[in-house]
Amino acid sequence: MQPMQNRREMMARSAGVALLLAGAGVLPARAQSVWPKAAFDGKSIDEVYKGLGIAKPVESKDIAFTAPDIAENGAVVPIGVTTTLPGVKRIAFLVEKNPTTLAGLFDFTDAVEPSVKTRIKMQQTSNVFAVAITSDDKVYYAQKEVKVTLGGCGG
Amino acid sequence: MKAPALALAIFVAVPFAHGQTNNAPSAADGIAQYRALLADGNPADLWEAKGEALWKQKRGAKNVAFSDSCDLGKGTGVVKGAFVELPRYFADTKRVQDLESRLLSCMEAQGYDAAEIAATPFGRGEQVNLEALVAYVSAESKGMKFNLPQTRPEERLMFEVGKRIFYFRGGPYDFSCASCHGEAGKRIRLQDLPDLTKNPGDGVGFAAWPAYRVSSGELWGMQRRLNDCYRQQRFPFPGYGSDATIALATYMGVQGKGAVSIAPSIKR
Amino acid sequence: MSDPMRIRAQAQGSGAVVRVLMSHEMETGQRKDAAGKTIPAWHITEMTAALNGKVVLSGEWGTAIAKNPFTEFVVKGAKAGDKITVNWVDNRGDKRSDEAVVA
Repeated sequence: MQPMQNRREMMARSAGVALLLAGAGVLPARAQSVWPKAAFDGKSIDEVYKGLGIAKPVESKDIAFTAPDIAENGAVVPIGVTTTLPGVKRIAFLVEKNPTTLAGLFDFTDAVEPSVKTRIKMQQTSNVFAVAITSDDKVYYAQKEVKVTLGGCGG
Repeated sequence: MKAPALALAIFVAVPFAHGQTNNAPSAADGIAQYRALLADGNPADLWEAKGEALWKQKRGAKNVAFSDSCDLGKGTGVVKGAFVELPRYFADTKRVQDLESRLLSCMEAQGYDAAEIAATPFGRGEQVNLEALVAYVSAESKGMKFNLPQTRPEERLMFEVGKRIFYFRGGPYDFSCASCHGEAGKRIRLQDLPDLTKNPGDGVGFAAWPAYRVSSGELWGMQRRLNDCYRQQRFPFPGYGSDATIALATYMGVQGKGAVSIAPSIKR
Repeated sequence: MSDPMRIRAQAQGSGAVVRVLMSHEMETGQRKDAAGKTIPAWHITEMTAALNGKVVLSGEWGTAIAKNPFTEFVVKGAKAGDKITVNWVDNRGDKRSDEAVVA
């Protein structure tokens, strides 16, 4: 079996089991803890990619990344992504100059549009990356520089 | 070559005298875009929901709900439209009151110790519930224009007192409210300072509070906003629900007559 | 017990736009209190959104998701009357589940 197909099947199967167990009241909606600690501990873009087990992404014009040019306060920076790339199963948001680079991940099933809006914290002016991973493990990104006028992490 | 040096000195001095008005268009556009992106999904909604529940809940030693006992100026239990007419005179307390001092009076009627709540620091104890109530009550006037009554002598007096306080200079920096808010077109870093001596526009200045402040993730009512102004002036805060703060709110509210309220709004 | 989420689900075209406001400190673990002690990180680690009981979207979050998180997404094929359920779990093991009906 191809490794890629195997992974998809595994995900589908484990999701099915999870729902079964969730229905039985044994577990919450997500069966196993899938929080990628190595990725969230990453202090650089490359460390995050390594933690997520993905190759370096290729820039794509098919990812529409919305973010303000300037954030009045780094504590709340609204960002949004939508993409026409087919088969996107995961989108990750990375803030290059944050103490830890990975802000968050979203996993998409076929039942939702591959688009999401969220709000992140930025410590300082930085490049922000939206990285899209497809079901056949191809990786793409779009980036934008967001200027921050006041740090949002605690200062 | 004295003349060119002098000309250069003036050229440099003038923009700074007005507090960095160059580069304004692109930065202002950027800020406007940032605020527009935040407009949907204001965390103040969370306070509003809580406030609505509190308004209808039987509370205090007297076990009575605000909805059955509290008159915010438009009748017992009436919330819609009340916010944009505050501060105003209340016959039962014989005082001109703003929203927060009026809520305190209503809480007293529920059996709470108003003085104790007034002395409680912002963000603690019953002050947290006041934040929620303020968010809810102001939301019920969202989109309406400020129209404070000035029919009673007490209301007109508070307006005059508020005006004096607005221009009163004191503290180690000799600041008054007017130092920052007495003129149009002023800015501190990228923060526009609304001119509060007149109507600075819909949803601006007095018409923008209470607000969720993203910088601290907190909901601030006008009382807390004024408290922070006094802190920045290095001047002691007159006290929660004090006549001085009510007078200031009366002045700003009357000067802002006709401005559309967007409270609870979202701010830096 | 944490405060309830605000979930708005609006039918739009053939699906529904869902907007969720969660009440959570999302403490970064970078801040220090008045005594100089670091305030420990406290944040939502995972969230899910389900349509009529079936998970359609999930997220893994770090400390750099903003306080009182706001999330917006589009559920395909959702219609008025369908139920949207959102769950979250944080690093202290606290959890929250709220639902809304598509309008």
